[in-house]
Amino acid sequence: MDRRDSLKALIVGGISTSVLLDACKQPAKEGAENTENKDAKGPDESDRMAEEKLVNKQLREAPKFFTANEMATITILGDIIIPKDAVSGSASDAKVPDFIEFIVKDMPEHQVPMRGGLRWLDMQCLKRYDKAFKDCNHTQQMEMVDEIAWPKKAKPEMHQGVAFFNLMRNLTATGFYTSEIGVKDVGYKGNAPNHWNGVPDDVLKQYNMAYTEKELKECISFDTKA
Amino acid sequence: MDDIQIKKQPKKYDAIIVGSGAGGGMAAYVLANAGLKVCLLEAGPNYDPRENSSQLKNPWESPRRGASTKFRPFGDFDGCYWGWEIDGEPYTQKDGSNWEWWRARMVGGRTNHWGRISLRFGPNDFKRRSIDGLGDDWPIGYDDVKPYYDKIDKLIGVFGTNEGLYNDPDGIFLPPPKPRLHELFIKKAAGNINIPVIPSRLSILTKKINKDREACFYCAQCGRSCKIYGDFSSSSVLVKPAVATGNVDLVVNAMAREVLTGRDGLATGVSYVNKEDMQEYQVFGRTVILAASACESARLMLNSKSSRYPNGIGNSSGVVGKYLHDSTGADMGGIIPALFDRKRYNEDGVGGMHVYTPWWLDNKKLDFPRGYHIEYGGGFGMPLYGFNWDIQNLNGAYKIHGKQKEAGGYGASLKEDYRYFFGAHVGMAGRGEGIAREDSYCEIDPNVVDKYGIPVLRFHTKWTDYEINQAKHMKETFKEILHSMGAVVTWGGDDGPHNNWGLHNPGNIIHEAGTVRMGNDAKKSPLNKYSQSHDVKNLFCVDGGQFVSQADKNITWTILALSMRASEYIVDQMKKQNI
Repeated sequence: MDRRDSLKALIVGGISTSVLLDACKQPAKEGAENTENKDAKGPDESDRMAEEKLVNKQLREAPKFFTANEMATITILGDIIIPKDAVSGSASDAKVPDFIEFIVKDMPEHQVPMRGGLRWLDMQCLKRYDKAFKDCNHTQQMEMVDEIAWPKKAKPEMHQGVAFFNLMRNLTATGFYTSEIGVKDVGYKGNAPNHWNGVPDDVLKQYNMAYTEKELKECISFDTKA
Repeated sequence: MDDIQIKKQPKKYDAIIVGSGAGGGMAAYVLANAGLKVCLLEAGPNYDPRENSSQLKNPWESPRRGASTKFRPFGDFDGCYWGWEIDGEPYTQKDGSNWEWWRARMVGGRTNHWGRISLRFGPNDFKRRSIDGLGDDWPIGYDDVKPYYDKIDKLIGVFGTNEGLYNDPDGIFLPPPKPRLHELFIKKAAGNINIPVIPSRLSILTKKINKDREACFYCAQCGRSCKIYGDFSSSSVLVKPAVATGNVDLVVNAMAREVLTGRDGLATGVSYVNKEDMQEYQVFGRTVILAASACESARLMLNSKSSRYPNGIGNSSGVVGKYLHDSTGADMGGIIPALFDRKRYNEDGVGGMHVYTPWWLDNKKLDFPRGYHIEYGGGFGMPLYGFNWDIQNLNGAYKIHGKQKEAGGYGASLKEDYRYFFGAHVGMAGRGEGIAREDSYCEIDPNVVDKYGIPVLRFHTKWTDYEINQAKHMKETFKEILHSMGAVVTWGGDDGPHNNWGLHNPGNIIHEAGTVRMGNDAKKSPLNKYSQSHDVKNLFCVDGGQFVSQADKNITWTILALSMRASEYIVDQMKKQNI
C-alpha cells in the first residue's frame, strides 16, 4: 500500500476531515507528475533538508564503485543467500545488488571489507579451480561458499572468508527485507493507517493472555463490527 | 559582495524569542495569543510536519533503507534535522569529558522527533535536597506547576491513566491504547517480580481534541513527525497557531550570536547571523526570551559580554553553564522464544511504548540516591537497514520448526529463519535521574569559534558512583524481567564495572538541563522562580536550562509547563509596566 492508498484508506476508515483531504491532495498531485515525468522529477524529497538533497544528488551521480566483475559476483552470491522460493523472489529480483552498490558509497566503511572480500574469494577460486568465482561452475561455487557460510564449522584458514560472507549475508538480507518483495515475504503488516484495537482474540488465546477489566475499561477501543 | 553589514530591524517587538522548540514554541503561543508582538528566531529552516514529514514512506523509499546519516542520526526517516554533529558548528571537551550534544536545527526543534513521553514531575522531584541532601531544592513546588500541567494536558493532549501514585501525579488523560503482545508478556513477567507496569503517558491524540488536529491512526511513526498533527510537535501544535494569530514574525535560518544590552543594563534585543545571506542582523524588543536548548541558551548568555556584564549577561552568579546534567540511560535486549513463528498482524500502535514502569523503589534502601523509569520496545517493527543483522548468532542457537540448524548458512532455509524470528525481540531502557553538580558544566572554549565566528562550548562532565550504581541496578532489573518472561538476553548483557554498567555518555539521552537554573538566591542561580534573570529583569530562559534537577521523568512536559508559567508572568508584568 503506497502513501496515497494509505490516505485513501484513512478516509474510508471514517476519520476524514478537511485536514486529511488537504494532506491527500499533495501525494495525488505528486503521483500525477511522477507518471508524466518520472525521471526528470526524481525522488520525493519534500522531507529532505537542503544539505541532504545535495548529498543524495552527489550519491546518485557518483561513478560506480564496483567493477562489472565485482557486481557479477555480488549478484551470484546474493542469489545464493536469498534465492527464489515458494514464498518470494530472489535477492536480484529485489534489486539487492543495486542497493549494495549504493550503500557502500553511503557507508564507506563497507568498501574495503567488500572489495577485499570479493578479491579474497576470487583468489581462493583461482587457486582451486583456476577461475574467478563468477566463472566457476555451480558445483564449484557452492563448494567454495560452503567453506565460508558456516562460521562455527569453518576451517581457521577460511575465517577471513567467513567474515566477508557474514557481511555479504547481512547486506543481502537487509537489502532484501527492506524491499517491497522482502517486506511482503517477512509479513510486516504495518505502515498503514488503522485502528489499534489490541491483540487479536485468537492470538491472546494462543498465548494464554487476556486484557484485565481495568484495561478494557480504560483503554481506547474501536467497534470492529462497524 | 563580501562586505559585512549590520542590518537593524526597525520594528520593535514586545518579545524576541530565541528557539522554536517546546520552550520557545510555548512562549510564542502564549504571548501571541495575549496580543503581544513576537519575533521568533530559529537557527534552522522552516518545517511543517504536514509538508515535510517522512510519515508512511516505505523502507525502499529511502535509498539507504532508513539507515542513519550525520543529518539524521536516528535514521533517514527520523523527523529531526541534524543531531550529534553539525557541519561548521563544533564543540569541544575538557579533561577527558565525553558529553554528547544533540542539536536540532528546524522549526519545532527536537520536538519533531521526540518520544512524546509526557510525565509530570512529582512533589518529591522539586525537593530532592530536602529528601537526600544532594543538589538543591527548586524555588517552586508541585502545587505551583500543577495548574500549568493541567492546562497543557488539555491544550496539547496526553493519554494515560490515573493511578494515584504520589510522585507520578495523575493528570487529565485521554484513553491509552491497549498493550501489544510483547507488552502483555512484559507486564506479566514484571508483575511476577513486583515491578509495576502501567499504561504509558504519551502526548498522542487517541481522541480528537480540536479542529486543527486529527486523532492518531496508529502507524507507530511519531518519530518522523505527524502529517495530521496527531501528536505533539512544537512546529505543528504551537508555532503554527502562534503564527496564525498574525502577531508572530518567524525568522528562520537565524543563528543567534548575542543578547544586546542598553545603557540601563536591560536587554534590548538579539543579534543573529542570517545563514542564507550570511549578513548580520539585529532585532529589538521589550523582552528577550531564551529557548535555544539548555546548552545553546547558556552559550548565548556567556557570549553576550559587555563592560557591564564581563562574565556574560545575567551571569553575576557565575553559575551559567554549571549544573549541566542529562538523564542517565542503560539498555538491554532479548528474544522471547515463545514468540517465534508468530501470527502476523498490524501491531504498529502509537509511536512508542503502550506501557512503562515508573520508579517503584525507595532509594533510602539502595546505594544510589535517585530513581529511574523503564521504557519498553519490541514486536513487529518496520524492517529497516540492519534488519536481522548477524543472524548467524541466532539461527544456530534455537530449534527452528523443531529442527536444530548449523549457525549461518544461506538459501531457502535461511529465508525460513528470518521469518521465524520476526517479531520475537524485546528491549528495555532505563532512564533515570543523575545529580546536578557544580563541577559538571559547559563553558566558552577560549580558542575555538564556529563558522559564524561565534565562540563554541567546551564541556566538562563526568558521572559519579551515584549514576554508575544506578545503571548497575537497571541492568540487574532488566535481566530479572527478561528471565521472568523466559526471554534470552541478546545484547547489553555483558556490561559491568569495566564500562560503567553500560551507562550511556552524558548528553546521549538528549535531556540536557540545568545550565541556567532557577533559585531564590541570586548568588547561586541565574534565574528567579519565574524563569526571569535576577540581574536583567527583561531577560528570561524557558528551556531545560532553568531546571534545578532532572527527576526520573522526561523533561518536555515540565519545560512546557514552566514556559507557559513564565509567559503568563511576562504578560502580567508587561500589563503592570514592570518590564
